[in-house]
Amino acid sequence: MSTPVLDLARVTVEFPTDRGRLRPVDGVSFSVEAGKTLAVVGESGCGKSVTALAIMGLLPQGGEVGGGIRLGGEELLALTPDQRRARRGGEMAMVFQEPMTSLNPAFTAGEQVAEALRLHQGLSPDAAFAKAIEMFARVRIPEPERRARSYPHQLSGGMRQRVMIAMALACRPRLLIADEPTTALDVTVQAQILALIDEMKRETGTAVVLITHDLGVVRDHADDVVVMYAGRVAERARAADLFANPQHPYTIGLLGAVPRLEGGAARLASIEGTVPDLMNPPPGCRFAPRCPFAIARCAEQPPLAEVTPGHQAACWRAPLDTLLEQAA
Amino acid sequence: MSAPLLELRDVAKGFPVRDALGRRRGAVRAVDGVSLIVPKGSVLAIVGESGCGKSTLGRLALRLIEADQGQILFEGEDLRGLSARALRARRRDMQLIFQDPFASLDPRMTVEQAVAEPLRLHGIVPRAQETQRVAELLSRVGLRPELARRWPHEFSGGQRQRIAIARALASQPKLIIGDEPVSALDVSVQAQVVNLLQDLIRELGLTFVLISHDLGVVRHIADRVAVMYLGRIVEEGPTAQVFGAPRHPYTRALLAAVPGQGHANAPLLEGDIPSPINPPSGCRFRTRCPYAQALCAEQVPPMEGAGHVAACHFQQNLPPALVGQDVDTGGERLRRLQAYFTDQTQRQGELA
Ligand SMILES: Nc1ncnc2c1ncn2[C@@H]1O[C@H](COP(=O)(O)OP(=O)(O)OP(=O)(O)O)[C@@H](O)[C@H]1O
Ligand SMILES: Nc1ncnc2c1ncn2[C@@H]1O[C@H](COP(=O)(O)OP(=O)(O)OP(=O)(O)O)[C@@H](O)[C@H]1O
Ligand code: SF4
Ligand code: SF4
Ligand SMILES: [Mg+2]
Ligand SMILES: [Mg+2]
Repeated sequence: MSTPVLDLARVTVEFPTDRGRLRPVDGVSFSVEAGKTLAVVGESGCGKSVTALAIMGLLPQGGEVGGGIRLGGEELLALTPDQRRARRGGEMAMVFQEPMTSLNPAFTAGEQVAEALRLHQGLSPDAAFAKAIEMFARVRIPEPERRARSYPHQLSGGMRQRVMIAMALACRPRLLIADEPTTALDVTVQAQILALIDEMKRETGTAVVLITHDLGVVRDHADDVVVMYAGRVAERARAADLFANPQHPYTIGLLGAVPRLEGGAARLASIEGTVPDLMNPPPGCRFAPRCPFAIARCAEQPPLAEVTPGHQAACWRAPLDTLLEQAA
Repeated sequence: MSAPLLELRDVAKGFPVRDALGRRRGAVRAVDGVSLIVPKGSVLAIVGESGCGKSTLGRLALRLIEADQGQILFEGEDLRGLSARALRARRRDMQLIFQDPFASLDPRMTVEQAVAEPLRLHGIVPRAQETQRVAELLSRVGLRPELARRWPHEFSGGQRQRIAIARALASQPKLIIGDEPVSALDVSVQAQVVNLLQDLIRELGLTFVLISHDLGVVRHIADRVAVMYLGRIVEEGPTAQVFGAPRHPYTRALLAAVPGQGHANAPLLEGDIPSPINPPSGCRFRTRCPYAQALCAEQVPPMEGAGHVAACHFQQNLPPALVGQDVDTGGERLRRLQAYFTDQTQRQGELA
């Protein structure tokens, strides 16, 4: 198998806080290959964004990363801050949920994309601006010449997200991290943006990490998926496998909690309670307080173990099929 | 169909638009000639994309803002004709639940005070029974009554939304309008609150207007659904029919865009919603409609149909709608696991 573009090995992130040390990411491992999309799903606070920022080297002051993060085989955590800055924008790029916070209101959209091209590809200002307009057309912004001269506040939310994607992909990065890129957008626009990311990925062979809390998005756009719960990987599989054969109780609950468009289910499965306080996580399996299948052994942390080839779950009771035999 | 509890007739509301210097620059027709019927004991959902006028419509229906035209009939009585005093008395019958559980509760009121306020305002129970009634309401929404003395900031988003629901129920309203009541919640907590709402609607015989952009939630709890686009209703009908056989091109596009149905390659709607300040002439959807023809720019399409209505000139001539395939890939195994999951969860809940 070829070297994955991105490889995370037991990544941890810690923050010092007034209440002590917080570890929102605790031993996360996954890898993404060129031209593939890996989705990271999980509920609010499970550590998706912190993981993304750790990969990019953009964690806020005080954040400490442990483990290993390799980009094309190169260990990013061993690089100097200057070297990491050079990788950003050039080899790896990120798109955020709210494009307004990452666009500078004082410059036109075109200038900002051109700036990235000058920095990372050493183009002249004119050549960079021309290339920026070309990128705008590529991401199907109508009237690219005019839009390139617009300021961010003059663009709609969907248009701003297209600008962000144009900027992220202008330098043909090996890795694109999209952190909830469509959560703030309407469904019809969401569909356009996700289709655009898919198309760009196919054209350039960029590896994509798509962070989302929407299992429907995972179903339609991901090759592989990592389900996170309270800072840890609960389940990891090919996307098709995860939906066909989910193995972690949390995944089972999540799949049942989403109302379906065809209707049918009289009642949604509900996972009782709430996610744990990461300052005082439960010992052992972090899902145990909400897990209907918990047993005494769950007071110890379950390892992420292979259930079927390429499909791992962190659960003492996986494969869950044995539960059904008992229930029957 | 049972008698309408709420009926809107040709209701409209515009907001003035001003430029940077405060000069009037036209108006946003946020709600532009909407007629709707909400039968007693039913759940009507209002769906549509951001800015189409859902929240404005909800506020108009409760007369929280004043309409420019039209009638708002509550049990046959036009709310627009009521005096301030008569309206205040009517308020106990209709409540609103907001999206943001963090903003909708007063941080300086304990849970007990927040839930007791409407009890007192409308004289629902004698003072001496207040504590008792608050406790009942809290347990009704799945909160332990011991929590009554706590402050809103001590609760999670889902718990706060339960408190907001308890507060809405306190005056024993006939109608509740929920404006994106579960949109800010995480999937697992959203499912808890959706289940709670469903139970309450059924057990208390509530009439509920659900404003939501989440079509899955709408499909799950609404009896009827109204689809809005740029201030107008474009389709309305029984939920199963609107979802199963959508008649308006916009409804079709909206449904097709929901991810996870196994047709990621469905044709996508191009472009953004036009500005509501200068909406397109004729059919407002025509700038994005794949079936638009010359007539669509000239004439506003009338609502057609009985029971299930749509406003499109060419609704009889559209190709068959693309309806979500069965993507229930987990099949029987997943269904059994989920049933077992729910079963065990309930069993543990009873023990706790
Ligand atoms: N700078 C920081 N200092 C301390 N704690 C932080 C910091 N940034 C994030 N956290 C905490 O880390 C945890 C994980 O946060 P993260 O933003 O990764 O969640 P997420 O999965 O992206 O959630 P969401 O879906 O809401 O975006 C949270 O509990 C959060 O409060
Ligand atoms: N108080 C106001 N003053 C001026 N314009 C307003 C006001 N309230 C709403 N609008 C405008 O009216 C239109 C409809 O807004 P409304 O909030 O009803 O939409 P919505 O469907 O609830 O959207 P969302 O899904 O984003 O909540 C929008 O164009 C909005 O900008
Ligand atoms: S390890 Fe135990 S508590 Fe954790 S998910 Fe599996 S059964 Fe549930
Ligand atoms: S009236 Fe014309 S533009 Fe409007 S939805 Fe029908 S076909 Fe499309
Ligand atoms: Mg996040
Ligand atoms: Mg609204």
